[in-house]
Amino acid sequence: MIKRFFSLLLLCLLLVAGTAQAGVTLEEFKFNSKAEEQHFKDLIEELRCLVCQNQSLADSDAELAHDLRAEVYGMVQAGNSDEQIVEFLVARYGDFVLYNPPVKPSTYLLWFGPFVLLVIAALMLLRSVRRQQNTATTEISTEERAQLDTLLGSTTSSKGDKQ
Amino acid sequence: MTRYLRYLVPLAIFFILVAFLYRGLSLDPKRVPSPLVGKPMPEFTLPRLKDPAATLSDSDLRGKVSVLNIWATWCVSCRAEHSVLLQLARESTVDIYGLNYKDERTPALQWLQQLGDPYVANAFDADGRTGIDWGVYGAPETFIMDKQGIVRHKHIGPLSVDDLNNTILPLIAELQATP
Repeated sequence: MIKRFFSLLLLCLLLVAGTAQAGVTLEEFKFNSKAEEQHFKDLIEELRCLVCQNQSLADSDAELAHDLRAEVYGMVQAGNSDEQIVEFLVARYGDFVLYNPPVKPSTYLLWFGPFVLLVIAALMLLRSVRRQQNTATTEISTEERAQLDTLLGSTTSSKGDKQ
Repeated sequence: MTRYLRYLVPLAIFFILVAFLYRGLSLDPKRVPSPLVGKPMPEFTLPRLKDPAATLSDSDLRGKVSVLNIWATWCVSCRAEHSVLLQLARESTVDIYGLNYKDERTPALQWLQQLGDPYVANAFDADGRTGIDWGVYGAPETFIMDKQGIVRHKHIGPLSVDDLNNTILPLIAELQATP
């Protein structure tokens, strides 16, 4: 069992390593420093490729992604800020290129919906807990108490009988 | 009342989910709305396909209703769309311009010779830089501009005869009628 678990784990790790290697290389771009290269990578990780829509510009091997990487690289080298580059792409392709969508009326549901659901869930939980507490502390009448005693008593006696 | 609420609330949530999922069935995630619609067309100046010495620029498209079609010989659905563009050229007085996107000149010229040429002129965008300015992410794409040079419509993917009759031709007629 343990052996099987480890071989499965190994397989998963291999698969992950495989996808990491399948990414595109940035060899065509020259950077003056590691920090500059990292900055470029971080930037294109945040931008979405329109052709293969579930990949970022950093992952996609599509022709357009290639062109856009070159475009972003050119803009970084020309001293444009991240905001300017993002603005450039949004003006052409829309908010769709952003993996991190801006907060505006059309995205309120996206941004705040989960919190609204969380509040609703919390309220429902609170209500059901309260209700349970209420039933737990409910007083029973003397009549009910007597009935309960008989029932409990009969159980103990019947148990005793068997033993 | 609260007794019914216990059943009504999940039922309501269920129907809301169904409504969202049903809407999703008819949405195509490949069609990303263009932020260019309602804005002035991007500026460009490119060599023409047939005459490399001459240029085609956005100013050639201004002052009248114009259509810009992005195509390439490597694009399979462009071939399917071509007959619809020829039909558009026949049925409308509108000037259709082409943006030959990331293509090569010789096969592109052959294409026009063999399949027919619906275009007034073609811009030759070899490196796709103008395509980026127009937000092109997959040929074919078709833009319609009004007389002021404002982008009024973008069609992503090949135009069908239905698209032509239901959307493109009525829109062109409407734009041509407005001063």
